[in-house]
Amino acid sequence: MAPVIEAVGLVKRYKDVTALAGLDLAVDEGIVLGLLGPNGAGKTTAVSILATLLQPDAGSARVAGADVLAEAELVRERIGLSGQYAAVDEHLTGFENLDMIGRLYHLGRTNARRRAHELLERFDLVEAGGRPVKTYSGGMRRRLDLAGALVAEPPVLFLDEPTSGLDPRSRTDLWQVIRELVARGTTLLLTTQYLEEADHLADDIVVIDHGREIAHGTADELKTLVGGERIAVTVVHPTEVERARGLLGRFAVGDIQVDERARGLTVPISGGAPVLTQALRDLDAAAIEVQDVGLRRPTLDDVFLTLTGHVAEALDQAAAASTDGSA
Amino acid sequence: MNGLASALIDGAVIAKRNVIKIKRVPEVLVFVLLSPIMFVLLFAYVFGSSIDVSGGSYREFLIAGILAQTVVFGSTFTGVGLAEDMQKGIIDRFRSLPMSRAAVLIGRTGSDIIYNFLSIAIMSLTGLIVGWRIRTSVLDALVGFAMLLLFSYAFSWVMAFVGLIVPSVEVINNASFMVIFPVTFVANTFVPAENLPGVLKTFAEWNPVSAVTQAAREQFGNVPFAAPEPASWPLQNPVLYTLIWVVIIIAVFAPLSVRQYKRADRK
Repeated sequence: MAPVIEAVGLVKRYKDVTALAGLDLAVDEGIVLGLLGPNGAGKTTAVSILATLLQPDAGSARVAGADVLAEAELVRERIGLSGQYAAVDEHLTGFENLDMIGRLYHLGRTNARRRAHELLERFDLVEAGGRPVKTYSGGMRRRLDLAGALVAEPPVLFLDEPTSGLDPRSRTDLWQVIRELVARGTTLLLTTQYLEEADHLADDIVVIDHGREIAHGTADELKTLVGGERIAVTVVHPTEVERARGLLGRFAVGDIQVDERARGLTVPISGGAPVLTQALRDLDAAAIEVQDVGLRRPTLDDVFLTLTGHVAEALDQAAAASTDGSA
Repeated sequence: MNGLASALIDGAVIAKRNVIKIKRVPEVLVFVLLSPIMFVLLFAYVFGSSIDVSGGSYREFLIAGILAQTVVFGSTFTGVGLAEDMQKGIIDRFRSLPMSRAAVLIGRTGSDIIYNFLSIAIMSLTGLIVGWRIRTSVLDALVGFAMLLLFSYAFSWVMAFVGLIVPSVEVINNASFMVIFPVTFVANTFVPAENLPGVLKTFAEWNPVSAVTQAAREQFGNVPFAAPEPASWPLQNPVLYTLIWVVIIIAVFAPLSVRQYKRADRK
């Protein structure tokens, strides 16, 4: 059977930036694909093309059996989109927003209302449903936005960074909602900057950077690639970085990364907290002053460092991009 | 569903949303309605005391001009509304829905008729208080009001296009002033077009704002009795000339705006 979402050689250029440089994607029915990458990697551009908001400069894509260029109208009937900015009207109530979306999917007055009530219930917004959205918290807006994408019960769903900017609690809540959703067989393409999020939600992960795929696999496969947990230590005196490296060498299960400027060391280990405790005792015994220490799980930084070796650059760009508010 | 029917049905859903917003943020409406009152009072008392129109009352002459100017200014709302929707990302949602590509624009221009309708009503009442009178029949006057509303509707498509191409909401007020001041002042709105010098006179005679003003003025019976017969064809046939412009503006700017909407990318 053909994949439900299939993109071949997508290219999109803006004036002086190549947002997508030949991206291929294939997502089978009922599968959750995580599109993982830093800001500016091309995630939103890819979703925009698949959701018919943007036309690619080259390449083709089919979603739910329809061509995104030639049959855009059919695609729109079969997808739901929830973007990284909650695209709901803040002057309308939660109910009015969902009702309006239902009418625009041509569900008819009665069905649109029924569906709006159902979704408010499902997303725990019944009480807030009669209030204008501008009184909602960030998490509530995201839930409403997600509910908006589900109004027509589309077989294919695109969620563009559904939890970015949310506090940890709201994020976990939203993950729960998304998990319930995919349990019903929806095909989902999810973009995220967080490996943890892809790990929680995605069956299959495509890591992209500069508009092209740099890795593809399950969360476990990527983690194996990147390695497991590690100890991150920052010492007080720059002169002690080398001594600390020697001392921590006996715990390392791979190469130790050293950042001289930040006086930081990252040591891949296996064995978790007891190893950390022992390492701290050793540092203390050797009279090496420690400013900061912690046990870290692999992050997107680590995936990038491993895959491309240019994590710092990518994340600097991400920081620059996020300060001017574009994506 | 065919194109036009779905554009109208979806447009009505969008218009309803815009109307809800008017109700939720009534402050906007208050200012929309206060500024025309201010205009009528300012012009009637400041200019009215020193401008003389041959054989008539300046206040009577003035009201049609202010009405025309205000409905043209009112079209800015269409642009601001669309620019805001673009900035807030809700346009992306609409564009991902299987709805008519013209609906957001039809809904917006449609709901903005309410603003213009209300400001015409308020200004007319203010005008009546300061001495303006309709010297013809109710039917004639209604035709005059209808011309103003039609013209404002057409002009809101111009501003819809502007709203979709400007980079932010802040830009739109300045951008629209650049267009609106010349077209509403180099006209017969506040002074008789015959008194303008050379090129300005020709511009004013062919300016559609002059035509809609002239149409309203004639329909209200406010043309000063000693005023010379207009020398130009547009001002001799102001209703027809206005209708021609309404058709041209919509025929040009509606497709342009829809095309821009389809391509719209978040700013």
